[in-house]
Amino acid sequence: MAFVARARPRAVCARWQRTLRASPSQCTTSRCASSSSSSSSPLSASEHPFRIAVIGSGPAGFYTAYRAMSKIGGAKVDMYEALPVPFGLVRFGVAPDHPEVKKCQEKFDEVASSPDFTFIGNVSVGRPNKHAEGSTVPLGSILRHYNAVVFAYGASMDKTLGVPGEAALKGVYSAREFVGWYNGLPEHADLAPDLTQGDEAVVVGQGNVAMDVARMLLEDVDVLGRSDIAAHALDALSRSKVKKVHVVGRRGPMQAAFTIKEVRELMRLSDVAFHPVDRTLIPEDIKKLPRAQRRLMEILVKESGGGAPPPDAPPSKSWSLDFCLTPKEFRARHDDASRVGSTVFERTTLSAAFDPAAWALGTGEMVEVPSSLVFKSIGYKSAPLPEFADIGVPFDDRRGVISNDGQGRVWHEERTQEATMSFGHFPGLYCAGWVKRGPTGVIASTMEDAFATADAIAKDFASGASFLCPQQAASGWEGVRSETGIGSAQVVTWADWRRIDGAEKERGRPVGKEREKFTKTADMLAVLR
Amino acid sequence: MMPRPRLAQGLRSLRLVPRLPSSCIAQQQARCNSRLSAAPRLAIPGCSPRLTTSRDSSLSLRFQPRLFSTSSALSHGHVDPPKPGEELYVTFIDKEGLEHKLAVSKGDNLLDIAQAHDLEMEGACGGSCACSTCHVIVTDEEFFDKIPAADDDENDMLDLAFGLTETSRLGCQVVMTPELDGLRVKLPSMTRNLQESDFK
Repeated sequence: MAFVARARPRAVCARWQRTLRASPSQCTTSRCASSSSSSSSPLSASEHPFRIAVIGSGPAGFYTAYRAMSKIGGAKVDMYEALPVPFGLVRFGVAPDHPEVKKCQEKFDEVASSPDFTFIGNVSVGRPNKHAEGSTVPLGSILRHYNAVVFAYGASMDKTLGVPGEAALKGVYSAREFVGWYNGLPEHADLAPDLTQGDEAVVVGQGNVAMDVARMLLEDVDVLGRSDIAAHALDALSRSKVKKVHVVGRRGPMQAAFTIKEVRELMRLSDVAFHPVDRTLIPEDIKKLPRAQRRLMEILVKESGGGAPPPDAPPSKSWSLDFCLTPKEFRARHDDASRVGSTVFERTTLSAAFDPAAWALGTGEMVEVPSSLVFKSIGYKSAPLPEFADIGVPFDDRRGVISNDGQGRVWHEERTQEATMSFGHFPGLYCAGWVKRGPTGVIASTMEDAFATADAIAKDFASGASFLCPQQAASGWEGVRSETGIGSAQVVTWADWRRIDGAEKERGRPVGKEREKFTKTADMLAVLR
Repeated sequence: MMPRPRLAQGLRSLRLVPRLPSSCIAQQQARCNSRLSAAPRLAIPGCSPRLTTSRDSSLSLRFQPRLFSTSSALSHGHVDPPKPGEELYVTFIDKEGLEHKLAVSKGDNLLDIAQAHDLEMEGACGGSCACSTCHVIVTDEEFFDKIPAADDDENDMLDLAFGLTETSRLGCQVVMTPELDGLRVKLPSMTRNLQESDFK
């Protein structure tokens, strides 16, 4: 063991050096060691600022940047974004009828206005850019030119159910695609879901994304028409024939992931009825529950006993929370073998109905639910960057997160045939947001976790911990640019984004919307030409 | 997942970076401390540059002492300084336990007040009761009962707040009135200790 303990770091070192081969300087000494050897005077923050690269411009990236800039004097942040437009899921995930949730963009704009902040839009890191006009820089290049790197690139993949019909049938979508589609995400702008094939839709999963999908399908299109929903989505929704939405979960109301705000919004929709929930899945004595659960159960019980709808104007649409059903198969329509017609669920029973941690067991009883549309809302998933394995950044595939210490410090790990060795924190590497803690939580939770990451960086900075390279050796975006040869014409700056932003607002004005988003990257970039 | 940190700690000395002689660490420490004006804590806000948080001022670096203070509202932010003789007082107890007693005007809400005085309170949704980032804890039950009761929307957001208590409110929904003169609120600690359940 003692031998291994001495030998392994050298192996890591060799591999680490390979990644850094093109480096103009040795980047493995600590800031402290180098500063004390080069000069006795302290580094000037203005000459040699502490440079942080943030990968991703969603709320996790911006809140980390904001906090790090305020806690580390003179720190410079370069934020890389693969798309020409910033804000990640605030722009492409938050539902269009939640403009108040998007107000955090004002804070992000304030952060971006700092002279210490540089937005590098249209540039993907470590993974080929998904659109043809975008550029890509290798992660290795980023590691050579910054003191610290924060991975805040979120969760851009879907979990899958792995049941028959999931991939083959038309009409089965992931909620992530659908959300991207109605929010104008270029990647899914051409999804073109056909909402006219029938009147029943099934949403598999009971988190807040499932609630958003249900609400978008049921909400009055005149209300949606005043939001920043993509024009193609408004058009398709206005022709939708969907009248009933089943929001289906494996477990019961006591285990469901949705939060009360989203439930209340659905209850408040005009012309939309709610089908009563199975009362046996809710404890008799609700009053004894902890506050948040109590209030959630209260609203479900209250709305379930809403009485008969007024006979003169029965609601034309409805939704239900269908509990204790797990999807087993998507079946084709009788008249069209290529398109989904129904979903087969197996009924489940809970290990303990009222225990929030209860698990679901199959009963063998099958239930078939008509479904002309299916939205799988069973969770997002992060993916490792291809270079992670080479440099020793461990990725927890089961949880879909970069392995970290809970505060955002990335672990350093070396895998050999014999064993996996862990070497403590990877100096200078951090993560924040969904790639750090998994794809759950509201903006407040992402903010909190981004702040924790920034605090960890600031703490490491103040304690003289080692970073990716000595402070004076970090040249930031200038270094990356000269190394990769990316021209300024290929990069979207913050000023450029403001022009795109202005053009979108301009487009929205005649149709009474806050903005009309560009849904193609080429159209975004055309504004700048 | 859990055993790894322990292993990592055990192997800390195996890091690539050569261990520094203690004199070097001391030098480094001194450098960091001098940067932070010999602050006893990391980046004590009064000593390090901070980004202003008020929403209508452009971002700038400011140096502002922020220890115990009894001050009038500053000119920036959404609040106006109180007219002489009409001051209402509210005390914020920040995450470090420092008290900030502020003279404010009737009609100001706690989020605007906190931001105008550079207290560490976010208002991610801009004060529209759509997030829980301006969560405050009223320290005195009597005062809590004097504040008009929270509506469903506010309670829905409070349900998601970290460190929720019986006397929690959203700062954006608490508007200063003469009845609330002398109100004391605590800013909840942001750092949630990670639970084992976070790794499941």
